[in-house]
Amino acid sequence: MVAITEKTLLRGWRYQFVLDQPRILGALLLSPAILYILILVGLPFLLAIYYALSAYTIYNPSYHFVGLRNFTDVLQSDIFRRTLLNTFVFTIGSQILGLILGKFGALLLLRPFPGRKIVRALIVLPWAVPIALATVAWEWMFDSLYSVINWTLIALGVITRTNAPNWLGEPTLAMLCVIIVNAWRFFPFAIVIFLAGITAVPQDVLDAATVDGAGFWRRNYQIIVPMIAPIVTIGVIFGTVFTFTDLSIVYLLTNGGPVNATQVLGNLGFQIGIVSGDVAQGAAVSLFMLPVLFVLVILMLRFIRRREI
Amino acid sequence: MRKMLEPAVKEGSFYIAVAFFVILAAFPFYWMLITAFKSNADLYNISNTPFWFNEPPTLEHFRYLFEQTLFARWLLNSLIIGICVVAITLVTAIPAGYALARLAGRNAEALGIGIFLTYLVPPTLLFLPLSRIITLIGLQDSMWSLVLVYPTFTIPFCSWLLMGFFRTVPREIEEAAIVDGCSLFGSFIKMVLPLSLPAILTVVIFTFTLTLQEFVYALTFISSSSQKPITLGVATDLVRGDIFFWGELMAGALIASIPVAIAYNLFLDRFIAGITGGAVK
Repeated sequence: MVAITEKTLLRGWRYQFVLDQPRILGALLLSPAILYILILVGLPFLLAIYYALSAYTIYNPSYHFVGLRNFTDVLQSDIFRRTLLNTFVFTIGSQILGLILGKFGALLLLRPFPGRKIVRALIVLPWAVPIALATVAWEWMFDSLYSVINWTLIALGVITRTNAPNWLGEPTLAMLCVIIVNAWRFFPFAIVIFLAGITAVPQDVLDAATVDGAGFWRRNYQIIVPMIAPIVTIGVIFGTVFTFTDLSIVYLLTNGGPVNATQVLGNLGFQIGIVSGDVAQGAAVSLFMLPVLFVLVILMLRFIRRREI
Repeated sequence: MRKMLEPAVKEGSFYIAVAFFVILAAFPFYWMLITAFKSNADLYNISNTPFWFNEPPTLEHFRYLFEQTLFARWLLNSLIIGICVVAITLVTAIPAGYALARLAGRNAEALGIGIFLTYLVPPTLLFLPLSRIITLIGLQDSMWSLVLVYPTFTIPFCSWLLMGFFRTVPREIEEAAIVDGCSLFGSFIKMVLPLSLPAILTVVIFTFTLTLQEFVYALTFISSSSQKPITLGVATDLVRGDIFFWGELMAGALIASIPVAIAYNLFLDRFIAGITGGAVK
């Protein structure tokens, strides 16, 4: 009787002993998350590379290896080269516009004033609300006939009804529109990042600089900008990754049109791989994002390390 | 005279700048609001002033949305998807976040950054292979495919967020519990978890809003109306033929936007701390 109790106790002890080793318990607690990511991010990632090297379509699912043929095919297409250029214009244009708006917005919100909380809540809206829904609202604002933007411009006498622009129907204007909508979605995020950075600069450092004779611009560019650079860079990398690989704004606003003037990599991959079912070629198009992502990730790693110093 | 005017001009231009930003950010939502309540006769008349009601406001678009479309079904779908993804995320990310903060030893930092970086792997790179995998396991055109796939971006983000939080909990609390006879795992369950409820609530809210915001995977995996989540349903299903019904579209977008907007504003500061990895305290 006594022996049995002792035995179970002992077993319980041994079991607990294993779990009390931090490394074993740590591995156990980590494994569900890591397995999930390996199976549903790691595996599909490798599959994407494999598809791009094969002749796989949904009509003829063969893993016949064709080497780099998909990549060379894609590179020879004019639409693809246009798309690649568009993706850079779209990303860089909207990031710059978003950052400029973000910096000015942050300077305004830095100062306390009555109603600041409500203003901040309203300014955050573009980033909070699902972008697909906001894009539909923009599509309505850019409508060819009932555009509220055109109505206002006509009322102000800037344009007339007959020469009112068809925002989403002309190549240059359509590109401008997708850039504006993306910058609009991104700028509240930029404001918040700038604010977080600026408020983290210790006041005594600024005071010391002022005592030493540094003026507003000198404080701004020799103290604040270098100190907030790491955190702002992390924010920009986030914005760039999500813009460079996005398709929702382009898909809903122009679907790459008119005549591929706003086609971007994400949307082209979707059109070829999902809509037309040429999985192999679609995967090849998507994989052209990889070099840019790779550079951004390296940058991100450097800045994550640097912020701790 | 000039000395008196200068501060007034400065104040004035400050508030004009603030007004510019507010209008820029919020006008599309005002536009949603006013379109949703306008009658069609009012909407489609270019001689009317578009900024206000020229005819009495109406609820006809909302009535149409709930009676003639699957809008209520999409809301329900989004709710089910959101709850399931939150459950999967909590079960995996809480232990992972704790392990990264305390137990994983020397490799914890590298592992944590590795998990976080998977958040940067974009859906547009993975959607082709994932859609093949989903067809293979028979989930094509079903909202359960989204329940399966959404944790791929909520788990990395939430593990990172929770890791940051668990690091702020003083070690002495667990050490005291262990001295009192608690096991290592028991000290986590009994001492650390109850202290972490605010962080866990943040994770719940953000996971839920991330599932509402997602568009790419939903667009790729789902084509039948009855399986769509709210964002996809409103953006792609309210167009009949080539005709846009802007009243219904804006009413639907409005209803789906409001809860996310409120949740974001309540939890904004924690979200920022999470995304910048505790760079700012």
